[in-house]
Amino acid sequence: MNNFAYAQPRRLESLLALLSPTPGETEVLAGGTDLVGLLRERVLTPERVVNVCDVEELQGVHEVPEGGALALGAAMRLDELHEHPLLESYTALHQAICGLRSLQYQAQSTLGGELCRRPRCWYFRAGHGLLADGGRLIREGDNRYHAIFDNAGPAKFVSASRLAPALIALDARAVLVGPEPEYLSVVPLEELYQTPIDESQRETILQPNQVLAQILLPQADASAAVASAAYEVRHGEGPDDPLAAAAVSLQIESGVVRQAKLVLGQVAPTPRVADTASRLLVGHAVDQLRAEAAGRAAVADATPLSRNEYKVQLAEVAATRAILKAAGLATGGFDE
Amino acid sequence: MANVQYQWPSASAAQLLGTRQRRLDGADKSTGAAKYTYDVNLPKQLIVKALDCPHAHCRIKSIDTSAARRVPGVVHVHVIKTPKKDADGNTVLPEVLFQGELLVAVAAETEGAAAEGVGKLKVEYEVLEPFVSEEELDAAVQAQRAKEGRPRVSIQAEPDDDVEDEEQFENDEIERLFREAKYVVEGYYGIDAITHCCLEPHGTTLHWQDGRLVAYLSTQNVSGCDDGFAAALDMTADDVDVHCEYIGGGFGSKFRPDYWGIAAAEISKKTGRPVKFMLERDQELMIAGNRPSGYLNVKLGADEKGVVQIWDSAQWGTSGVTGGGVADKWIPYVYEPPNYRRRSTFITTNTDQSRAWRAPNHPQACAMSQTAYDDLAAKMGANSYDIFERNLKHISSRQKAEVYAEEMKIGARLMDWQAKWHPHGKGPRRGSVVDGLGMAIHMWGGGANASTCQVKIHPDGGVESYCGTQDLGTGTRTICAMVLAETFGLPISAVNANIGTSKFPFSGASGGSTTVGAVAESHRRAGQDALAQLCEKVGEKLGVKPASLVAAAGRIHVAGKPDEGLSWREACSLLGMRPLEVTATFKRGQKTPLSDEGVGGVQMAHVEVDTATGQVRVKKIVAVQDMGLVLNPQTAESQIYGGVIMGIAYSLFEQRIMDPKTGAFLNSNLANYRLPRLGDVGEIVVEIYEPPDQRERGVIGLGEPPVISGGAAISNAVCNATGVRVPVLPMTPDRVLAAIKSQGRASS
Repeated sequence: MNNFAYAQPRRLESLLALLSPTPGETEVLAGGTDLVGLLRERVLTPERVVNVCDVEELQGVHEVPEGGALALGAAMRLDELHEHPLLESYTALHQAICGLRSLQYQAQSTLGGELCRRPRCWYFRAGHGLLADGGRLIREGDNRYHAIFDNAGPAKFVSASRLAPALIALDARAVLVGPEPEYLSVVPLEELYQTPIDESQRETILQPNQVLAQILLPQADASAAVASAAYEVRHGEGPDDPLAAAAVSLQIESGVVRQAKLVLGQVAPTPRVADTASRLLVGHAVDQLRAEAAGRAAVADATPLSRNEYKVQLAEVAATRAILKAAGLATGGFDE
Repeated sequence: MANVQYQWPSASAAQLLGTRQRRLDGADKSTGAAKYTYDVNLPKQLIVKALDCPHAHCRIKSIDTSAARRVPGVVHVHVIKTPKKDADGNTVLPEVLFQGELLVAVAAETEGAAAEGVGKLKVEYEVLEPFVSEEELDAAVQAQRAKEGRPRVSIQAEPDDDVEDEEQFENDEIERLFREAKYVVEGYYGIDAITHCCLEPHGTTLHWQDGRLVAYLSTQNVSGCDDGFAAALDMTADDVDVHCEYIGGGFGSKFRPDYWGIAAAEISKKTGRPVKFMLERDQELMIAGNRPSGYLNVKLGADEKGVVQIWDSAQWGTSGVTGGGVADKWIPYVYEPPNYRRRSTFITTNTDQSRAWRAPNHPQACAMSQTAYDDLAAKMGANSYDIFERNLKHISSRQKAEVYAEEMKIGARLMDWQAKWHPHGKGPRRGSVVDGLGMAIHMWGGGANASTCQVKIHPDGGVESYCGTQDLGTGTRTICAMVLAETFGLPISAVNANIGTSKFPFSGASGGSTTVGAVAESHRRAGQDALAQLCEKVGEKLGVKPASLVAAAGRIHVAGKPDEGLSWREACSLLGMRPLEVTATFKRGQKTPLSDEGVGGVQMAHVEVDTATGQVRVKKIVAVQDMGLVLNPQTAESQIYGGVIMGIAYSLFEQRIMDPKTGAFLNSNLANYRLPRLGDVGEIVVEIYEPPDQRERGVIGLGEPPVISGGAAISNAVCNATGVRVPVLPMTPDRVLAAIKSQGRASS
């Protein structure tokens, strides 16, 4: 790890002032479970590291004054989210946090930090750039953990966030702030992510001097209960990245799905909203066959690389099981 | 002085041996008070970081260190990979043959400055073609990276057989044996290269003191590394002290100072400052130890009972840059059919040379051959247990067939094997989950290494000992104290056992399960010698024969008459003004009643497989192990737990992944070099097999054996669950799915 200047601001205004508009000059420290590794491996060599964990505006869970939403501070630790009484009904979020299988990770990682984890692509981590020579190294090399969707361009890594599929399924929105404190934009969480087309872009739309400040979650509406679930196919019971993941939210009335949102993770450079599969669920009761049909639809247009065809099946299974789990049915896999 | 008869107390007379004792350093380790090499920091030390070669195969055209030297805080730059001159005086560019080799070391005031210095080094490379596809035999042959070894053939010739043309005879006989076989099984099996992945990377903190080198080194060989430093630095070993009180993992990879240790000493000498040089995590994985890969095609023939009569295999694999691979000597493993032919091909790859990995050759040999025995059971529709038992008829092992048979019985009872058993692929299915059983057997030597112990008994009763051994974390320190305490009839706390530095009397390197025997020998011998001398004094004082005296419960007294004696302290006061100092040496290989070699063991696995995802979950492992006399059941069991977990690791998770194109080690970090977590381990049941006839053999090492048969046992359990063989370890989800799919294709 190179030497760098370190700042620990208390207010959003000073945080933004500390961030450079030049890419790579400053990096945000939001827990450090990912950034520290990137610094150690010298994949990132910022001149200044800005710790956002003490910034007041990024703390706590608040009801948004206009109503209808909860605002989750981006600097909240994952175990705080997990234990927060206002968040009890967001099942998929809890399952995603539990899925990390590491108390240390849950205690140290923050909401914003987790959503902005850099890809684990081993070519990126070895210093070959986010796209690994325009995608060539991945295409010709070992791509067993890489994308099976949206991989025709140079970007072939998979989005690393474990929470994003669950939060996107729950219709979360992201509040982005900067470069000025009053410059604020709210986007659906799926729009935070992008598939970069060249090395000047990262995997989120955040500018170098912009931060993810809050996540807005729609408040549970008593008239239409939302059932949700997250399902990951993991190689082992540790915090290692899953091989495929899915999350879903279902609005069920009298046993029939009225609205559905299925999201795949670990399969594309961004979390992937599976629209066709989601639509297959609407208007029906969830049973094994219906869930399987949706799972198949979710991976119908997969384009696996030379070594990762197995991930197509894993993504299909993850999608099917997330739907079954949300509906309270047995997944058919190991006992959780 | 009467000749001392070295022996262990009987089971009934032993006071400490065979009782469960906690590690003496357990609390220090748990609280962080124990200082590992990584924890040693010396005043004014420099931190060294090194540039490692990013290419798997290249020539170094030039190295420019000027920018690195200008980084504030950088004190010294040391080029490790220097150009050489050939016989005609021409400069030969250094060739790098695997990724990660250290090229230049940068010493700086801080870690950050050292890292920045490394970042500023400019190296020009001429990139050459790498080869790392060790599983691809054809590709290796094509790349001229393959070299055939001498085949080993043993065919039982009848007296009237015509063996003029040996090869023709072998071919004919093998053909005949397969014709006559009731069952023939053909299979492909393999096991990928893995790394030692020590939690504490290799490295050292050292300094020079009045021309002498004092090195804190993470090593399994304190008594040998002083020579290692001395030879490389053109000095004599008396001027080197090596210290290692605690070590964070070695597994066979930490026997030498290594060239980075030598570089640290050179930098320290040059700068006059203490130096700390520990490898980075990726360097640890790339260059500090790996285990050879092995792949094998086999055809075997068995009689109607399932007893293998002919084994015909061709194997290949690599131990890295100088070729080599898994020794065919152990194929098939433990079992040795009456007829066999074994052919091997050794592949040279652009990967670091392998190092001894816990039970060198054995885990691979077991995983590549006892899987075939299990496939024979599957083909016969037989219970695997019966096939493993019947084949005990033909074994080549340092343990007896009857012992294996007993251990299998115990294992089967603990696993509830017969009740849980179902034929391969025919178990009940719950959702997409199936379960299965598998077993395998193993062997090891474990004879005692050389060791010398000095014991000092003070006139006030204090006891201390000195031995240049090391504790790999397995409880060696505790064993040293236990053996002396037993010998003197004292509590363990009364003995101050000192180990961990080359200043103490020589003791062999901790490799090959040789340490417990070594220290038990030297400490028991020194203890018995010292006690004999003390008994002379006590006998004189009491007017009894010294030979009639025993040391027990804090007293030295006439055997059977505790009142006729002296307390330990009273006895020691007879020594006068000076302590009693006794040194005893055990030479490796000498005939001894205290230790032996040759153990066996059985492991059984119960797993679940999710056939939709290829995930494997270990439910339970049963490990039955003999080891002669068990000194401390607690640390012995703990060794076995560790071995079993390592077995789970290389069965399901660990894998060195090389980029076929660039030759890079892609997962040289703990995020992608996968290891099992607590949740992956399942229930482990350990049973130590120690009937009187095994106990009588004395102490035998236990380090390697429990790591050997887990791979085959788990592979066999997965096969029993799914009905398909996942040929190569680790059985990652993609491989499990591929095996299931290929069988689906074959049967449709």
